[in-house]
Amino acid sequence: MNVVAFLGGRAWIWSFIATALVWLATVAFTGGTGGGQILTAALSFAIFTVIVGIGQMFVITTGPGNVDLSIPATMALSGAVTTKLMDTQNEMIALGVVVALGIGIGVGLGNYLLIRLLRIPPIIATLSASFLVQSTAIAYGRGLRIKPPPLLADFTTAQVAGVPVLAACGIVFTVVMGVVLARTLYGRSVLAVGQNMRAAWLAGINVERTRLFTYVLSAMLAGLAGLLLSGFSGGSSLNMGEEYLLASIAVVVIGGTSVAGGRANVPGIWGAALFLYLLVTMLNTFGASAGLRLILTGLIIIAVITLAGGGEQQKR
Amino acid sequence: MLQRFVNPRLLRSALPALSFAILLVAIFYTQPRTMSYFGLNLMLQYAVPIALATLAQMFVITVNDLDLSIGPFVGLVACIGATFLYETPLLGILMLLGCILLYAAMGALIHLRNLPSIVVTLGMSFVWLGIAVLVLPTPGGKAPEYLKALMSLQVPLVPFPIVAAIVIAVVVHVALMYSSYGVVLRGAGGNPRAVARAGWSLLKTKMIMFGLAGFFGVLSGLSLIGLTTSGDAHIADRYTLYSIAGAILGGAEFVGGRVSPVGAVLGALTLTLAGSFLIFLRVSPDWQIGAQGAILILVLALRALISRGEVR
Repeated sequence: MNVVAFLGGRAWIWSFIATALVWLATVAFTGGTGGGQILTAALSFAIFTVIVGIGQMFVITTGPGNVDLSIPATMALSGAVTTKLMDTQNEMIALGVVVALGIGIGVGLGNYLLIRLLRIPPIIATLSASFLVQSTAIAYGRGLRIKPPPLLADFTTAQVAGVPVLAACGIVFTVVMGVVLARTLYGRSVLAVGQNMRAAWLAGINVERTRLFTYVLSAMLAGLAGLLLSGFSGGSSLNMGEEYLLASIAVVVIGGTSVAGGRANVPGIWGAALFLYLLVTMLNTFGASAGLRLILTGLIIIAVITLAGGGEQQKR
Repeated sequence: MLQRFVNPRLLRSALPALSFAILLVAIFYTQPRTMSYFGLNLMLQYAVPIALATLAQMFVITVNDLDLSIGPFVGLVACIGATFLYETPLLGILMLLGCILLYAAMGALIHLRNLPSIVVTLGMSFVWLGIAVLVLPTPGGKAPEYLKALMSLQVPLVPFPIVAAIVIAVVVHVALMYSSYGVVLRGAGGNPRAVARAGWSLLKTKMIMFGLAGFFGVLSGLSLIGLTTSGDAHIADRYTLYSIAGAILGGAEFVGGRVSPVGAVLGALTLTLAGSFLIFLRVSPDWQIGAQGAILILVLALRALISRGEVR
C-alpha cells in the first residue's frame, strides 16, 4: 500500500507524530527522567480538552461558520452551580451530574434559539449567550471556592498503573462518539449537513433538528467537563474554562477535522489535546519565561493549523 | 406594524443612533447631574480608545472575519507606548509600525491558507500578550507627554471625547463608504468572487483591512495610555468583547460586508454609557457583562424584526 495515501487518509496520525516528537524532545532534555510521569500528567489534563473538543468537533462539522464560543462560560457556570449544590457530600454527586448536564441542555437550547430566531451567525450567538452565562456564574459563584465531594475528587484524580481512570473512561467515550458519528442516523446527518446543507435538506434530513442536537451536545459536554474539572482541581473557579476557548477549537483543527465542515476526525482530538499539553510542558522544561511561553504556544498553534488546516484549498 | 410606516432600511441605519439617544436620555433622567460638560467628559472619557478598537474590529468584520486578538493587541501597544515610545521614540515608532505589518501579514495568512480567522487570531492573542509581558513584565511605565496632553484636551462647549468621536467617525465613514476603493474593500466582503473577477486582488484587500485594523488598534492603545498614563499587558483584555459588541450595536452584519463606521462609533459610545448607566441603577458589577450580553441580544432581536420587514 502506498505510504503517502495511507497517511493522507489518516490525518490524525500527524497529531500523534507531533506529540511523540515533543515528548521525545522533553525527555531528551531531562536526560530520560520523568518521561512516564509527563505522559500520566498529559493524559490527566488532556481529557478535559478532549471532552469539550469532541463537542466542538460536532459543532464545527455541521458546516462553515458553526462554532461554539460559550464553552468556557458553560464550564464556569456548571462548576460553580454543581460544587455549591453538592456541598462536599458524596451522595449528591449523581444530582450534580444531572444538573451539570441540565445546564448544558439549557445553554445549548439558548444558543440554538438565538441562531434560529435572530438569524445571526453562531459565533455571535454563542458569544452573546456566553456573556449572560458567565455573568450568571459570577453572580452565583461569588468567587467562593467550595471543595468537591471527596468521591468525585478521588475519581477524577485516580490512577491505575500510571493511567488516569478518567482518561481511560475518556477513551471509551471517544470510541462511543466515533461510532455515533460514523454509524448512527444522527452522526451521519451531522456529516451530511456539514457537506452540503441544501443537499442534506433535499435528501430529507431534518437539518434544524440536527443542528439543535449538536449545539445541545456541545454544551452538555462543556457542562460535564466543568463538573469533572472542578473535582479534579479541588473546586471550581470562574476563569477555569478560559483556556478551553482556544484549546477546544485548536484540537479540532489540529486533529484533522475539516474547518469547512462535513469531515470529522475523532482520534485526532486525542492526539491534538496531548500535543497541546506536552508543548507547554516542553517549554516549561526548557525554562522559557512566561512571555516567551505564550509567544511560542501561539506561534506553534498557528503553524500547526497552517500546515494541517490548509489541506483542502479554496473549495468555494 | 411599524414597518408599514417607516422604511425598514432607514430604520435599521437609525437603530444605533436611536439606542444611543434612548440610553443618553435614560441616564440624564436617572442622574441629572451628568447633563453637563464635566459629567459627559467623565462618562465618555474611555469611549475614545474603545471606539478606535471597535473600528479596528469593524474593518476585520467587513471582510467576513472576526478578530479575537484586538484586546491583547491594544494591551501590547499600551506597553510599547509606555516604555519604548517614551524612552526611545524612534524605536517605539518602528515597533508600532512592525505591529501593523504583522497584522497585515495575519490577514494574508488567513486568506492564502483559507484558515478560520477565529483560530488564527486566538493564537495571535497569545503572541501579543507574550510580547507585552516581555516588554513590560509588571504594570508601570510612563506615557509620552503629548499623548497625555492630547487626551486631556479641553475643548470649549463640547467635551473632547465627543469631538474626537465625531472626527474619527466622519473620517472613516467618508473613506470607507464614499471613496471608490472603499467600495472595493466592502465588496470583498459582500461578494468576493465578483470583486476578484473584476480584477481586484482579494489578498490585497484582506491585507489592507487587517492592516487598518492594526493601525486603529495602535491608535486605540496610544489613546488609552494617554488616559491611564501608564501601561499594563492586561490593560485592554476586555476590548476584544467591547469591540465585537460595539460593532454589532453599530449595525455591522457578519456576512456581506455590510458595516457602518458611524454606527460602530455610536455602538462604542452606547457600550461605554451602558456601563455608567448600570452603575447609576446600582446593578451589581457581577451583572455588567451579562447586561452587555442582554443589550446585544436585544439589539439583534430588534434588527431581526426590522429585517423581516425588509424582506417583504
